[in-house]
Amino acid sequence: MSNVPQELRYTKNHEWVSLNDDGTVTIGITDHAQHLLGDLVFVELPEIGITFGQEEDCAVVESVKAASDVYCPLDGEVIGHNEALSDTPELINQDPYGDGWIFKLKPKDDGAFAELLDADAYNEIASEE
Amino acid sequence: MPFIPHTDEDIQKMLGAIGVNSIDELFAEIPNELRSDDGLGNVAEGMSEMEVSRLMKERAEADARTLCFAGAGAYEHHIPAAVWELTTRGEFYSAYTPYQAEASQGTLQLLYEYQTMMSSLTGMDVSNASLYDGGSALAEAVLMAVRANRKSKSRRVLMPRTVHPNYRRVANNIVKNQGIVLEELDYDREGGFIDPDNLPKDPGDFAALIIPQPNFFGVLEEVDALTNWAHEHKALVIAVVNPTSLAILTPPGEWGETGADIACGDGQPLGAPLSSGGPYFGFMCCRDSFVRQMPGRIIGRTTDLDGKEGFALTLQAREQHIRRSKATSNICTNQGLLVTAATIYMSLVGAQGLERVASACHENTLNLLDALADVSGSNKLFNRPLFHEAVIQLELPVEDVMRALSVQGIIGGVSLADDYPELGNAILVCATETKTAADIETFIAALQRIAKRLTANACPVQPKMA
Amino acid sequence: MLIFEKSKKNRVNAPQAPLSEATRSGIPEQFRRKQRTNLPEVSEMQAVRHYTQLSQKNFSIDTHFYPLGSCTMKYNPRASNTLSMLPGFLGRHPESPDNLSQGFLACMYDLQEILKEVTGMKAVSLGPMAGAQGEFAGVAMIRAYHDARNDDARTEILVPDAAHGTNPATATMCNYKVKEIPTNSDGDVDIEALKAAVGPQTAGIMLTNPSTLGVFERRIKEIANIVHKAGGLLYYDGANLNAILGKVKPGDMGFDVIHMNLHKTFSTPHGGGGPGAGPVGVSERLEPFLPVPLVAKKDDEYYWLKEKDRPQSIGRLSTFMGNAGVLLRAYIYARLLGKEGMHRVAEFATLNANYMMAELKKAGFDMAYPNRLATHEFILTLKKQAKDLGVNTMDFAKRLLDYGFHAPTTYFPLLVPECLLIEPTETEALEDIDAFIEAMKAIQKEAETDAEKVKGAPYTLPVRKLDDVKAAKELDLSWKPAAQ
Repeated sequence: MSNVPQELRYTKNHEWVSLNDDGTVTIGITDHAQHLLGDLVFVELPEIGITFGQEEDCAVVESVKAASDVYCPLDGEVIGHNEALSDTPELINQDPYGDGWIFKLKPKDDGAFAELLDADAYNEIASEE
Repeated sequence: MPFIPHTDEDIQKMLGAIGVNSIDELFAEIPNELRSDDGLGNVAEGMSEMEVSRLMKERAEADARTLCFAGAGAYEHHIPAAVWELTTRGEFYSAYTPYQAEASQGTLQLLYEYQTMMSSLTGMDVSNASLYDGGSALAEAVLMAVRANRKSKSRRVLMPRTVHPNYRRVANNIVKNQGIVLEELDYDREGGFIDPDNLPKDPGDFAALIIPQPNFFGVLEEVDALTNWAHEHKALVIAVVNPTSLAILTPPGEWGETGADIACGDGQPLGAPLSSGGPYFGFMCCRDSFVRQMPGRIIGRTTDLDGKEGFALTLQAREQHIRRSKATSNICTNQGLLVTAATIYMSLVGAQGLERVASACHENTLNLLDALADVSGSNKLFNRPLFHEAVIQLELPVEDVMRALSVQGIIGGVSLADDYPELGNAILVCATETKTAADIETFIAALQRIAKRLTANACPVQPKMA
Repeated sequence: MLIFEKSKKNRVNAPQAPLSEATRSGIPEQFRRKQRTNLPEVSEMQAVRHYTQLSQKNFSIDTHFYPLGSCTMKYNPRASNTLSMLPGFLGRHPESPDNLSQGFLACMYDLQEILKEVTGMKAVSLGPMAGAQGEFAGVAMIRAYHDARNDDARTEILVPDAAHGTNPATATMCNYKVKEIPTNSDGDVDIEALKAAVGPQTAGIMLTNPSTLGVFERRIKEIANIVHKAGGLLYYDGANLNAILGKVKPGDMGFDVIHMNLHKTFSTPHGGGGPGAGPVGVSERLEPFLPVPLVAKKDDEYYWLKEKDRPQSIGRLSTFMGNAGVLLRAYIYARLLGKEGMHRVAEFATLNANYMMAELKKAGFDMAYPNRLATHEFILTLKKQAKDLGVNTMDFAKRLLDYGFHAPTTYFPLLVPECLLIEPTETEALEDIDAFIEAMKAIQKEAETDAEKVKGAPYTLPVRKLDDVKAAKELDLSWKPAAQ
């Protein structure tokens, strides 16, 4: 079974979200998602400074057999992205919750994070697929 | 039965294996009221190969050989004999898209060589494996530029009126549904080009500028100034080019300070016969950084399990069979066989040979223009440098002249009356390397005779009616 | 070895190009190319040998059984090629006047008439250059129809989840939202889901029949009624027309617009990926919107209809007249077949597919829709083999190459796990079909006894299994000369 850390929040679209000390959030795709996609060959990162709405597509992860949109889990502004993925997209396969993070967001609404799925709820969705 | 190898015995054996009594039973799932088993009343009975050969020869001969001075996007070039002998080998002709790479290394390597040749010709980083034709390639380039331009969210693209009128139509027909607006840029009447000094001072936000070279009139555009202007306004540059001309003209990758962003056009001059307008092929090249926005098949070099070099379709995640509604384009089948011909054509003529073809076409056209200068009532328009095509203004009605020429088997160019009425009785003429001095003389002599006759008819003083 | 690696500087292949050296007269310096292209400098024989040897690395219909599902890889008659390349056709400039084009125009007119008859549609346009462009033309006409009625609420196109990827991609190009309709366990469209999905926002539905699942959509009339009642139009994807040629007409099923793939049904060559041709046919209400050019006839004279003759047309989609040479090939094929021959196409394509399905079933293979008749193709699923033996569809496909067969379509439709979509076509002889069945049985046996062998295939081709991940990650899309 794939790894679903308890301390993170999730979306039904297979993004994980972690809350940082300064109120910003870090976003990536789950272990389950990277497993479904297979070896990643390219990541299109969101540009810093752009504002996205919740569920708007903001990045693309691409493997040989699929290309999948990454949806913004919360309303907010992109304040950073993981430059290392440009040359080594396989970081997402190797360490989806660590070195394979995709971007950082400054959420518009502080409370929104708490409304995301918790690990158990996400696990239920992922195991149904 | 044409092309069906089954004997009665085979049929019985197969029906037995399936467990039915007749072939008809295999169609049992089609509702009866929909069946139309005798519904091909308007289709004639089959013919033998001999009979069809006779029919087709008669029809082909009805379109007797013409002496053709028309270009306008389709050019009569010499095609080396080996090109179509090789291209129609069954192994190229009757294969499909190389989905099983290991069983398609011939087509795949050829396409990789093609991509290399097109990148070199255009001076761009990468090429795809072809699109349908020049007009639809331009449409795809517009869609791509709007997607790829991260600095602008505009859906406006500037389209000079010096781009082939049918390219403009095709592009508009394909992109308009997505809310993309092709805004016309008018041309300078003296020069027949987009004058960089007269570009809009405040053009507003736009995604891309299209630059044809040579343009539809055969005139050379100021590509460096135009490219720089577009880039200063954060727009991309789409080059529309004739591949033959690139043997001697500056390639789009070297236009202006940083080069064009996308180059496209029709590959017909590279080994495709005129063939009533198709099949030709569209080509497209771009910068490295835009490769994931490019439509169509792309071939990459890689290695196999033993580390041996091989070729495969790559970046397929852009394509419709994977990305479905979010694909870069809906294109699936492209024009592979024409690319095969083009690759063999470019190999046979080589770098110097293509320069000779381009130069010979250009010189022949200059010879034609010199000869036309002596025909009274014909006048060359536009005073700018050109490549292998030019606009001639006649004093007589174009339609009458063209018709009279056609009766003598001469296609004297393409009338511009519908698309450029402001140019009066204008035609676009071209003499490729296939035309001899004698051909040009024949054309000129016919034109002079016709001019004399038409003027004679028009000349008599009309009787004044009471 | 690449052609560039056989090139030598200053080797001029004289006879293929003009003999005189390039002069570039009259072209000012500022427009001139500074550095020569890297086109290869090889002799004619070197080029001929190089490309002959490359061709020999291909599987093709002329050399191998090629049961690629959904692609109709049937024999491409030589007469179609030879006769379409007669000088009168090849030398015709697209802007030739009508009086110098009567032979060509007659062929195009006849072909329009034949395609009208086999599809049961009111009018046909030959212009679109491939199936996907035919689809674009079709959906653009649906849009033009609704627009002409000022019905701008229609923003959605319905597409079954089993559809070809070109369907949703086309809908997007016409600025429609795509709504997927699920398929039931028998392979038919889920009618209840369709009823729930249609409404005033429905512009139309795109259907393939027989569907991509290799079965005939039995409730097509009901589907047509549901969509028409909601004010939507029906689009027929002609990818599988070979299965029903002469048996049932899309026009009679209630379709408003269809495209045909002449490189499938009318046996024009696939050319290593094209050119195809994707003519469109329409019912009466869409006729004004057909793409130009069209060919018309009056008093035995043929002439073009262009933009100014057809003010409501969606316009032209190609610079000139689509893939004219492909259209000629299709026309020649149609004349060779005639009425009788066309009836036999669907009959024998269906016989071959059902025989193959029956025999593979007997050999223990699982079918995706075991209770249905096959059409011209069928789907086999290797889910069991993948789970029990660790040998998946790709492994089977690659091993088939070693046995001398091009693999069927793999992993499409996406709905059926570990699937092979197999289309033998009507031109294959019983002996060749039997040989394919024997190969499948042999591979099954290998999978049971020596799975690693199957997984390592192919062994006998010019290359072994290629590294797709490397190809996509370390992009190498063109050869570069070695640094000086």
